[in-house]
Amino acid sequence: MRQPTILVVDDEIDFLETIVNRLRKRGMAAEGVDNGREAIRRIVETPFDVVLLDIKMPGGMDGIEVLRQIKEQRPETEVILLTGHASVETSLEGMELGAFDYLLKPMRFEELLKKIAVALEK
Amino acid sequence: MTKAPIYRSLRRRIVAITLVVSIAPLLTLGAVIYHQYIKVFEARIEDQIRHLARSQANAVDVFLNDRTTLLAVLVATRSFEELGDQRRLDALFDVITRSADGLGLVDLGVIAADGCQVAYAGPFALIGLDYSREAWFRETMSRGSHISDVFTGYRQLPHFIIAIRGHSVQGPWIMRATIDSQVFNRLVRSVRVGESGDAYIINPEGFLQTEARLAGQVLDRSALAPQRFGEEATVLRQPMGNGATRYVAGAWLKSKDWLLIVSQDSADQINSLYRTRDAEIIIILLGCLAIVIATVITTRTIVSRLQHADRDLNALNAQLLQRDKMAALGKMAAGIAHEINNPLAVIGEKAGWIRDLLDDPALQDSAVLPELMTSVDKIESHVERARKITHRMLGFARRMEPRLDDVDVNRVLGETVELLQNHARVNDIRIDLDLADDLPIIASDQSQLQQVFLNLLNNAIDAIGKDGVITGTTRRAGKEIHITITDNGPGIPPEHLARVFDPFFTTKDPGQGTGLGLAISFQIIEKMGGRLLLENVTPRGSRATVILPVVIPEPK
Repeated sequence: MRQPTILVVDDEIDFLETIVNRLRKRGMAAEGVDNGREAIRRIVETPFDVVLLDIKMPGGMDGIEVLRQIKEQRPETEVILLTGHASVETSLEGMELGAFDYLLKPMRFEELLKKIAVALEK
Repeated sequence: MTKAPIYRSLRRRIVAITLVVSIAPLLTLGAVIYHQYIKVFEARIEDQIRHLARSQANAVDVFLNDRTTLLAVLVATRSFEELGDQRRLDALFDVITRSADGLGLVDLGVIAADGCQVAYAGPFALIGLDYSREAWFRETMSRGSHISDVFTGYRQLPHFIIAIRGHSVQGPWIMRATIDSQVFNRLVRSVRVGESGDAYIINPEGFLQTEARLAGQVLDRSALAPQRFGEEATVLRQPMGNGATRYVAGAWLKSKDWLLIVSQDSADQINSLYRTRDAEIIIILLGCLAIVIATVITTRTIVSRLQHADRDLNALNAQLLQRDKMAALGKMAAGIAHEINNPLAVIGEKAGWIRDLLDDPALQDSAVLPELMTSVDKIESHVERARKITHRMLGFARRMEPRLDDVDVNRVLGETVELLQNHARVNDIRIDLDLADDLPIIASDQSQLQQVFLNLLNNAIDAIGKDGVITGTTRRAGKEIHITITDNGPGIPPEHLARVFDPFFTTKDPGQGTGLGLAISFQIIEKMGGRLLLENVTPRGSRATVILPVVIPEPK
């Protein structure tokens, strides 16, 4: 069975690295980028099964804009939004734009795995 | 009602200004009217006395003219020989004396051109006396008719005469009559001038010609200066020491250069003036009294209303302040919580990563492995605890808009009480419900409302501790629903009352509560458009009041 490919987009480097490592430990091909522009470039290069996208990324591209672009370039990719509580509204907006689900940071890793599993089934 | 000094001084100021503004014109008007009245009054007295003097002078003129005419007629119709005959003169005089008042004549005399009195009828022995040097003789000879001033003469008594010159073949002669002083004085004094009045005649040099009542005796020097009296009857005003005024009117006679003086004190008339003045003063005083009373009462009412309004305003301001405080705190809390979430997320993930790494088979034999695992567990559980706190804080900072259900307030309250029934019973606390049966179904968020009721009931239970009564009531009040939860616990210490709705304010031990309950309840109710109030009740206990606006649910 092919390894699921996950792209993690978050500007908090420590968080990004840890998530990527934990995903890899569980047998997923995970990669991390720390800004939206890089994320678009990467996803145009290679299709990913799931994208974990941090909505609030100061500077550069707005999270919602990244989501829009991903959906445009790779519509079959499922996007799970990670958000701080204050941007619940934004994540709802994201849901309307086609995001698969959202999680509040700090999150329980098990929850994340569950949502990834469901997304992969699609 | 607290009588704060500011209200006292405000009351005083309003009363003072109103009194000054309303009483000053009143007093001014009173004074003006009074002075006008006095002027009119005095003018009237003057007019009266002027008229008196004039008419009295006219009467005296008539008297003198009559006597003069009488003599003139006698002189014109009889001859010197006839009247110079003593018997004839006596007979004539006899007729005269039988007339009323003797016609006011004391005697008659006939004087020849050389000044010798050739015939005399009267009470004195004056026959044969020589009058050629007398002033009146010379005057009469030159003018033809003369009324003399008063003089003492041969008879040594003050008197005055009327003399007419006649013509005979041998030359001029004079007929002379003495005026009866008593009759004359009576005439002069007949003018009515009241108790303190006087009437008399003075000559141009100022000597009295009649017996005055008060001004002096005949031939005394009068205090008046005749030059002050002009053609028309003139009135002088002399203020007297006792506040009254003496009015002195003088009218010159036409038949003689005499001045008839009529004087009158205003004292007689002054009583009516005083009565009027007193009446006016009483009226003004009563008016002032009425103004003062009305002003004080009105001011008191106004200021007390103001106090109430201020109190309401202060209460409203306090609520607004509370809301602003909460909003500010909320924003701060949101900012902080949000900032904390990021490092928390990292800590949580790193702990998870460590746990993942500890699965490494190479480490399974390590002695410290259990300790490491336990530590990782603890880190994760405390991250979870921190997460709960920040999520709740962020929940506090930004509530989602309340959902609108069809809410039966009585039922929500009843259900919440049921939830806590066991907990209360265990602590010997009774919960009584007094629910109005006319509450409308309102549009509101049922779960949030229940959260508030839960919070308030829990607070009541905690306040009582053991053994007490909690009363829950619902009432409709116009466009509002009032829900109260009252406990008979110790009440809220007054120094805490202002802060109970502050976030994180709690009287419980740390770990026992977050201090957010009331703050969140306050916010929920505010968002619903209502109010949450907390107060102490007598004799003991506290009461939470939830006021909700009646919002009729939209038809679905």
